[in-house]
Amino acid sequence: MSAAVPPVRKERNNMRARAALMSPALLIIGGFLVAPLFVVLVYSFLTPGTYGGVIWEWTTDAYVQFLFEKDIFDETLIFSTAYLQIYSRSFVQAAASTAICFLIGFPTAYFIATRPAAQRNMWVLLVTVPYWINLLIRTIAMLFLVRDNGPLNHLLLSWGIIDEPIHIAYTNFGVGIGLVYSYLPFMVLPIYATIERFDFRLVEAAFDLYADRWTVLWKIILPLCAPGVIAGSLLVFIPSLGAFIAPDLLGGGKNLMIGNLIAMQFQASRNWPFGAAAAMILMTIVLVTLIFYARRQGRSTVRLH
Amino acid sequence: MYFRRSLFAAALFAGALTLGGPAWAEGKLNIYNWFDYLPQELIDKFSKEHGVEVTMDTYDSNEALLARLKAGVTGYDVGVPGDYMVAILIKEGLLEKVQPNKLENYKHIDPKFVDVYFDKGREYSVPYQWGTTGFMVDTATYGGDIDTLKVIFEPPAELSGKINMLKDVNDVINMGLRYLGHSRCNNNPEQLKEVNALLQGAKKHWLSFNSDGAKEVLVSGDAAAGMIWNGFGMRARAEKGTLKYSYPKEGMTAWMDNLVVFKGAQNVENAKKFMNFMMEPENAATLTNFARYTAGVMGTEPFLDDELKTAYEVNPPEGVSMEFVPPCEDDVIRLYDRIWTNLLK
Repeated sequence: MSAAVPPVRKERNNMRARAALMSPALLIIGGFLVAPLFVVLVYSFLTPGTYGGVIWEWTTDAYVQFLFEKDIFDETLIFSTAYLQIYSRSFVQAAASTAICFLIGFPTAYFIATRPAAQRNMWVLLVTVPYWINLLIRTIAMLFLVRDNGPLNHLLLSWGIIDEPIHIAYTNFGVGIGLVYSYLPFMVLPIYATIERFDFRLVEAAFDLYADRWTVLWKIILPLCAPGVIAGSLLVFIPSLGAFIAPDLLGGGKNLMIGNLIAMQFQASRNWPFGAAAAMILMTIVLVTLIFYARRQGRSTVRLH
Repeated sequence: MYFRRSLFAAALFAGALTLGGPAWAEGKLNIYNWFDYLPQELIDKFSKEHGVEVTMDTYDSNEALLARLKAGVTGYDVGVPGDYMVAILIKEGLLEKVQPNKLENYKHIDPKFVDVYFDKGREYSVPYQWGTTGFMVDTATYGGDIDTLKVIFEPPAELSGKINMLKDVNDVINMGLRYLGHSRCNNNPEQLKEVNALLQGAKKHWLSFNSDGAKEVLVSGDAAAGMIWNGFGMRARAEKGTLKYSYPKEGMTAWMDNLVVFKGAQNVENAKKFMNFMMEPENAATLTNFARYTAGVMGTEPFLDDELKTAYEVNPPEGVSMEFVPPCEDDVIRLYDRIWTNLLK
């Protein structure tokens, strides 16, 4: 009989069980998140070794370097926007790809969610099929398609639509195409999930109340699907921000994005602390963005109720 | 639910990327080599002769190799660093002193490659291939004089925006130094400022920075001129006959890649067997026929393709100046790194 167990002991058992159940999660967070992050944080305050690695002397040089450029030759500090430019370029690229993914992804998700239930899974499957192939290979394939002498330009030339090949490969536009292509399903799937659960009787009700199509979309469907849109946007925006393969291949390695900047510090530039600092700065920005979104979402949910 | 499922799929995907680490046991050899630099034929032959299971990963610059080794345990046994990188790896204590000079086939090494600056008497390394770093021009696009670095730094209109550069800090900066007539391993601030300005000014003429695509970008026609190593260039010409290798009058870098054993390698004995195997003239010739550079061992001639005996890329005309460039002092390396970062950002 449970009444026979003293309440204190019951409480203690409960605590123990809870701790045991939580331990896998805590271990994963501690071992795979906190510990590596701590290493990155520590490294960002160390001195770079000439051939890579770090020297154990504490310094904030890496963070200073982010905003101020030591003149390459006489060591004076000058305010420099070079790295800020890379960050803002990455933000513009990521935001643009997120917007385009939304413009393509929302109608796609709407289309899939409004098919008969039996067909939907097939459509979802089709969206994910390209993801069975490695990202690197898909990006190289995209490069082959859009380059100056690739099939896309040949087709447009032979149809007489253009006289000169359009330069897509090795431009920022090319990087954008690569990002959209890479992350589109991450937009489609969460939106699809919310539209699928959407109660279409609300749309009928709106029409009965003389709403036009635009109002229905703007005032009914979009607000109720906002969680999916926000989830999808985050899933596209965050990996785009740190993208590495698309700028390297489709951008020709000329216009760095944050991911390339960080990778470069660990290879050619051999400045691990600066790479670590750049990663920390990126993470902070993403975290702030997430908090901002979370708050907004929280508020809008309240308003809906 | 699909939101969660897609997250799960993403996690699985990320996991798959990080799995598949190295494996070691008796009868294994893990090679870390430049891309496209060892024919399957030789791997199979070595596996069969010695009962060793061979795996290979690739990199696209000496710096990428160094970064990987500095990051810690790799599971690789042997690698193929260039000359100056051998010197750096020895200095950093990243190579096993396996004394290949005591191996049976060591006698085949060309005597002029024994007392090399990076490894006197060959205590750590044996020659793999040597060649030059230059550039090629598509003569169908540009018919003018290509034997000058002007083609790269102040290109004619036909080539502007159609030039691919190797993603290699030393090769690009050394090219700039030669064009300006300054010495290599230079720490003269005024002269490096000139190099910095030269590279910044030339960047607008350049299409891309790409090493492992250096051949493909020329063959496809996306680039009409591009830095390339001579043997890789010969392979490019085989696919597109109008490409021509340049011997710039300002001079060029010669290099030698070498087989080495990494510190802490799990399969040192197999690694030594592989070194010995690669010094066998017939095998060195098979490698040369594939990579199209020049072997560092003697006696390969009977096994070489006829084309290699006359090919322009490996038979430079008289009077071309070629130099091996040893690693620079630490302060110069730091300056180069900053110029390079500055250029790519």
